[in-house]
Amino acid sequence: MAELSEAFATALRLLVTLDRDLVEIALLSLRVSLLAVLLAAGVGLPLGAALASTRFPGRNALTTVLNALMGLPPVVVGLAIYLLLSRSGPLGELNLLFTPTAMVVAQFVLITPIVAALSRDTFESLWDEYGDQLRSLGASRPRALTTLVFEGRAALSVAILAGLGRAIAEVGAVQIVGGNIAHSTRVMTTAIALETSRGDLPLALGLGILLVALSIFLNGAAYGMRQWLEPTHD
Amino acid sequence: MTERSATILPLELENVRWQVSAQAPFRLDGLSLQLALGSRTVLLGPNGAGKTLTLRVAHGLLEPTEGTVRWKGPGGPAAALQQAMVFQRPVLLRRSVTANLSYALALRGISAEARQTRLAHALEGAGLTHLAARSARTLSVGQQQRVALARAWALEPQVLFLDEPTASLDPGAAQAVESTIQSIASGGTKIVMTTHDLGQARRLADDIVFLQAGRVTEHTPAAEFFESPRSAEARAFLKGDLFW
Repeated sequence: MAELSEAFATALRLLVTLDRDLVEIALLSLRVSLLAVLLAAGVGLPLGAALASTRFPGRNALTTVLNALMGLPPVVVGLAIYLLLSRSGPLGELNLLFTPTAMVVAQFVLITPIVAALSRDTFESLWDEYGDQLRSLGASRPRALTTLVFEGRAALSVAILAGLGRAIAEVGAVQIVGGNIAHSTRVMTTAIALETSRGDLPLALGLGILLVALSIFLNGAAYGMRQWLEPTHD
Repeated sequence: MTERSATILPLELENVRWQVSAQAPFRLDGLSLQLALGSRTVLLGPNGAGKTLTLRVAHGLLEPTEGTVRWKGPGGPAAALQQAMVFQRPVLLRRSVTANLSYALALRGISAEARQTRLAHALEGAGLTHLAARSARTLSVGQQQRVALARAWALEPQVLFLDEPTASLDPGAAQAVESTIQSIASGGTKIVMTTHDLGQARRLADDIVFLQAGRVTEHTPAAEFFESPRSAEARAFLKGDLFW
């Protein structure tokens, strides 16, 4: 018990004094996940909008697949990206395995379905509500969709934050493709896993506290954004 | 009202049939209708007769499964830009009342200065000037419906379709909406609307189109329709009988 509280105290000290290793790891986590979520939004939002507003054969099947992909096991994604990027794999020549770029790719694959599926839901209800009116006013489809992005900005931000939350808390995929190399590809989740198994509880705990705080902050930000963007509900 | 483009009327719907999918029953079933310039036309009929569908097909929101919709006036080819529609539930954007009108005008390619005059005129006509800066979605439903009307008005359409514009409003709000519709009509806009409110139909209509089971059973001047309806269906409807 004494050992635990001592570890806790050390963890807090690491946080308060902005320990170099801890800060470096946290910043890499943020950098990788923010980049992944940016790319996922770039692909997922247009995909969601297209699925919601157009009718084509196989649309329902694609929607079902997309919803299923929301639950992709991170380790399987990690394995697939690993096979693609490994030296003997089809993309081996890029030499990306065990780099932050590989981690961005893995997180991008994990969260794009989340952003796409959640934004598809949002776009679909927006389209039900606004579609006829916008067409009546003479809005072209691209113009109508741009308007819907603005109208649905609160719900769409939540979709993006959900993706970010998943990316930053994920461990399996980045462990496999990043390799958890110190000062290179070590992020908060992989560091926690490693330090815990090594018995270095203070660093693991400090990172854990930081990660939970970040999750709470992201959720709070999502809620706050909703309140700010949609002060009234009719 | 500013100078008008060539008229798009009359509108002719010929043998229009519509079904939601190949196996579904035809909800419009051989509907033919001529709408001419000038008069205010009200579509009446029991629930499910196809009033809303008729408006949506006429306005071009739905393609008829069979039959044709033609704007036969000289302005016909550009008909889409000369119409507007107000829906049963107002659909406004999350921005100010002014910005809602301005958005619609921008879509029609109206220049920024012309927008200001037009929207000021429409807001004043609808009695909304004092609400111009308010966020549109925070207004009451009645006020929102008047904003939707003002938005349509600002477009200065030749034809305005209204789908039960007062259905979800209390009597006071309904009256305000009705008087705005009258003002728009007196500017020369052709009104085509549906309603369930027979009193409203009497007050607003020049001619009545009566629909039953997806087709027109009669199209007569309003006075004549309420005095001596020609079709048995319309007689039953006016008496309040259930018609099956």
